Amino acid sequence: MIRLEAVSKRFRLRGREVTGLDAAELHIEDGEFVAVVGSSGSGKSTLLLTLGGLSRPDTGSVHLNGYSLYDLSLPDRARARRETIGFLFQTFNLVPYLTALENVQVPLYLAGRSLAEQEQETRRLLEEVGLGDRLDHKPAELSVGQQQRVALVRALANKPKLLLADEPTGSLDPARAEELMAQLKRLNEEGLTIVMVTHDLSVAARATRHLRMELGRISEENTK
Amino acid sequence: MTTLRLVWRELRERPGQLATSFLAIGLGMTIIVAIKTVAHFSEKAVARQLDELGANVLILPKGVSVGDYYSSDVNSEEMPEEYVGRILNSSLQGVDNLSPKLTQSVEFGGSRVLLTGILPKNEFGNKAVWAEGDGIFARPTGCGTVKSPLAFLQPGQPDKTAVRRAVVEELQPNEVLVGAEVAAAHNLKAGSKLTLKGKSFVVRQVLPETGTVDDSRVFAHLHTVQKLFAKPGKLNGIEILGCCESIAQGTLISGLNKLLPDARVVTIKQIASTQLKTNTLMGKFSIIFLALIVVVGGAGIANYMQSNVQQRLREIGTLMALGMEPRSLLMVFLAKAVFLGVTGGLFGYVAGSALAVVLGPQIAQAPVLPLPVWLGWAVLLSTGIAVVASALPAFRAARLDPAVALREL
Repeated sequence: MIRLEAVSKRFRLRGREVTGLDAAELHIEDGEFVAVVGSSGSGKSTLLLTLGGLSRPDTGSVHLNGYSLYDLSLPDRARARRETIGFLFQTFNLVPYLTALENVQVPLYLAGRSLAEQEQETRRLLEEVGLGDRLDHKPAELSVGQQQRVALVRALANKPKLLLADEPTGSLDPARAEELMAQLKRLNEEGLTIVMVTHDLSVAARATRHLRMELGRISEENTK
Repeated sequence: MTTLRLVWRELRERPGQLATSFLAIGLGMTIIVAIKTVAHFSEKAVARQLDELGANVLILPKGVSVGDYYSSDVNSEEMPEEYVGRILNSSLQGVDNLSPKLTQSVEFGGSRVLLTGILPKNEFGNKAVWAEGDGIFARPTGCGTVKSPLAFLQPGQPDKTAVRRAVVEELQPNEVLVGAEVAAAHNLKAGSKLTLKGKSFVVRQVLPETGTVDDSRVFAHLHTVQKLFAKPGKLNGIEILGCCESIAQGTLISGLNKLLPDARVVTIKQIASTQLKTNTLMGKFSIIFLALIVVVGGAGIANYMQSNVQQRLREIGTLMALGMEPRSLLMVFLAKAVFLGVTGGLFGYVAGSALAVVLGPQIAQAPVLPLPVWLGWAVLLSTGIAVVASALPAFRAARLDPAVALREL
């Protein structure tokens, strides 16, 4: 499904030159649950953004489902993200002025679904995760756990093949983290490919494949 | 979710910033609409003043003064009737009507009266005093109402009467129009007969009293008078009803001077000069305010949009991650600019019109009403400014590196 070939990415951060990826090589098959661990600044998030078509590498190529992601035009890459990739962020990145319902509607709207379809599908999805009574609440009016559920529903609204999760449990208490991991595990078993960046080894342990990043390089760890 | 709903929700999220930008553009438009509305009615007031005076430009033979002309110094110089054709065939703007005249002194009933040869259709176009009230010569007045010498006789114009049409269209060679004073002195009325310089005439109509020299004159067809006094193709003067704008700007006078270098062109625009100056001043002010609103309003909106983009970096990155295309992102920001422009323009029109209606009469010396045409202009102008000012920040947002926008590196 995903193939990285000799991908390097350097950028400036607070006036300092940083190596995000250094000749990174990676191959991920459909249905894998990959955990990427590494210390802060090792390039985990850069890897995730590169896989998601959001950060053009300086060198190398990224292939998604057989096509070179960064050879696509900006609109085509946006369409690829819409149709194939879901993002789950550590801080959820919910749009603060939209309600839970509207936040989940955004990817459906971007996919060109009608207002009625958006409304119907969004209600169903949020009710499934127990947020039927929080549809009209803005993120600030929701608990952290509820925000995380809205974010997950939004990431999965267009039924992506690949979920990219950046420290998904980073803002959650242990119980909520456990609940989310169980949910991700279940989604993976249903066929969703997941690439999850984390520095929490206990969370990484739930994945079926483990990668370690150090100074922008990817190395394979033991795989279940 | 729709683009508009996304824009609307975001606008409601930051009402303070929105209000500042809205006021910048809205107040600017208020001032422009107010100035333009007052200026419009002030120009109309000037036009009305000039029209009420009748002819406002005189073309005289080079050596004849205005005093000579009005004192009917019939022995003064003459000029060729060909000048009329020269003016009519030129591309001069602002000539609403013109009436050529030849005035000669003639003995009647033991005293001398002035017999003035006129082209009746043109003469009635110039004589606002004859047009007042409900008399048979009544016609609409005001700058531009007399589009051509015959305009006020066109079908569909108000105040038409069969009598007036007959008089004006066909003043026969043996017919005269008699001023009120002459008629009273000699007991003349419509149908009366009189002899002038050996020729018999019938009084076609007694003219309304005007309080001017016209009351003591007798009017016949120009060509009849020219023939009677053996002065074919000769005139004493041409009275022109010029449109005020062209007079105010001086284009009509300079044009006439070029066209008729051997004649003397006199204008009476000084009568409304104060108001004309006010109009010119308002015209200049509106340009200054337009420049100010473009700079201040535009810079305010550009600044607002730029800070809005900065504040929404994470949100922009998230929307990109969810698959929003750069073009759609651009539309989100431009739709916001359009909203600001349209509402600012609407506000500007309403507030500007209200301001003009309240304060305008003191400046325009006339009642001021809202001008519906400025609704469209205000909205168009303010939307244009808002969109142009927002274009750069919007393009920047659309071209943002999502990785930077997400600050997740």
